[in-house]
Amino acid sequence: MTTSSSETAPEIRHRAQDLALGIGRFVAVTALTFLGLLAITFFIGRVVPIDPVVAVVGDRASQEVYEATRQALGLDRPLAVQFLIYVRDVLSGDFGTSLTTGRPVIEDLARFFPATVEMATAGILIGVLLGVPMGVIAAARAGSWLDQLIRVLGLLGYSVPAFWMGLVGLAVFYAGLGWVAGPGRIDIFYDGLVPPVTGLLTVDAIIAGDWAILGNAISHLVLPASILGFFSLAYIARMTRSFMLDQLSQEFVTTARVKGVSERAVIWKHAFYPIRVQLVTVIGLSYAVLLEGSVMVEIVFSWPGIGNYLTTALLRADMAAVLGATILIGTVFIVINRLSDLLYRVFDPRSR
Amino acid sequence: MPPLLELKNLRVSFPGPRGPVEVVSGVSFDLGRERLGIVGESGSGKSLTGRSILRLLRPPAKVSVDRLRFDGADLLAMSEREMRQVRGARISMVMQDPRYSLNPVMTVGDQIAEALKVHERIPRREVRERVMDMLDKVRIHDPERVMKLYPHEVSGGMGQRVMIAMMLIPKPDILIADEPTSALDVSVQAQVLDLIEEMIAEYGMGLILISHDLDLVARYCDRVLVMNQGEVVEELEAGGLHRAQHPYTRALLESVPRIDETRKVLPVMDRGAGVGT
Repeated sequence: MTTSSSETAPEIRHRAQDLALGIGRFVAVTALTFLGLLAITFFIGRVVPIDPVVAVVGDRASQEVYEATRQALGLDRPLAVQFLIYVRDVLSGDFGTSLTTGRPVIEDLARFFPATVEMATAGILIGVLLGVPMGVIAAARAGSWLDQLIRVLGLLGYSVPAFWMGLVGLAVFYAGLGWVAGPGRIDIFYDGLVPPVTGLLTVDAIIAGDWAILGNAISHLVLPASILGFFSLAYIARMTRSFMLDQLSQEFVTTARVKGVSERAVIWKHAFYPIRVQLVTVIGLSYAVLLEGSVMVEIVFSWPGIGNYLTTALLRADMAAVLGATILIGTVFIVINRLSDLLYRVFDPRSR
Repeated sequence: MPPLLELKNLRVSFPGPRGPVEVVSGVSFDLGRERLGIVGESGSGKSLTGRSILRLLRPPAKVSVDRLRFDGADLLAMSEREMRQVRGARISMVMQDPRYSLNPVMTVGDQIAEALKVHERIPRREVRERVMDMLDKVRIHDPERVMKLYPHEVSGGMGQRVMIAMMLIPKPDILIADEPTSALDVSVQAQVLDLIEEMIAEYGMGLILISHDLDLVARYCDRVLVMNQGEVVEELEAGGLHRAQHPYTRALLESVPRIDETRKVLPVMDRGAGVGT
């Protein structure tokens, strides 16, 4: 934003009003989206052919016990009232109790989700740090052998199934070469030794100052994260390439060359700056996909993450756990989306 | 004394489905510190000629030229790095539409400053002063405010003045103006051209004004090249347009309506006329 000293009081007030309005709209849209998410999960909970009462009392309970439980669960009340109660419960962190683990769903999520966050974050870092430069280079040298190579890599990332790559990765780097640790987040020997602060093992190990555990956790993390990284890299590099090709054909890129700007600055400053906006969306979505879509990798690597939790819950018809995990994943999507909207405003002067 | 810029037998071609298509076929001219107009309709090769001088065309375009000399140096023999020292600093170019030719995410001030900073190592404070001076020269009255604006926040006429400031701040010897006013409102066209004319005179530069508008070129230039289908068909003194001999030039002149006449139908140009003569 440009604020010059010559601004008058009404102008500043006007700007403040704009800002307040913007924040208000932002909050309102986020809240509405979240409400929509709750409506959907609530609806799913009602239409699936699983009787929540039977799930609690079992199918041999007497009619009286069944009715009493039904009332206790509030299922005899009108749907609208049920929805309001549902919203109230979710907002106060009450997602019900998981039938599988016997613990409140919220506690389960707090245990399983950090494992997924850790893996997905490591994955997206690899994807961005390699994918963006690869896309830029491919576009700057469109048609060269380097470009072709990057495109083939991208195609592989799209078409090779995750579980296959996980298994082959384990066979080669764990069983064969012994470079990395096997499935799981950490060796049994180290399990539970660092006090959980963030739930992210690597971060907790750093906080505790325990380098042996940190090394072991990284050794477990590196292979699954690389596989996730490869998938996001494929998408990110491809999108970066096409955004860059579009920018490099723009007239202002020619202007920069006319000025005598070096080719490197033409590419990284003039052509790359404007695409940061689009990249934020692409990276945000890739991250969200890694957070919710790494089920296969989690299963192959016995990773105690949300994908594993959700799959187990689904197979056992544990609806409270399924809906809880769904709400969590949906919320992550909303947050990432809203954040990328915010970054849009930072990066693109035209959207301010 | 050799001319400032010598161009001999410039040819530009693009690959087509049936072999290469030549879009500039043997253009030659010399330029001193004078004002040269290149006029022709769309596709006549005039813009490509301008860009070839700065060696801006990239594959798949193929450029061949017998001679391209500037200020005694052979531009053809220069490395890309040497060429960058010519671009902007010695030969510069104003493009058609400021909406597309200015970087949308950089402030006006930063873009002008960049044109200076790539060629000269000067302290930030001085850069700022020179940018402000330059904006003042192109008649932007509150440079301090305009410097902080983004291209979408300025009007077309102001955008083009920013462009001119950016291209003239390193004080080049030649300015190529490629249809500098065709994207602008008629009311600001004259302002922008007057500004270019004034700056050219002040800096003693050479100008290549590329346009499809015969009258305009005649008004602002000393000499006019008429291009058609990649060739220079006629070269005239600006004052002597009415003495044009070539059928294509005559046809161009004929098709311009006059304010003091009534014609039911404007003549249709025979586009093949004079090709290959």
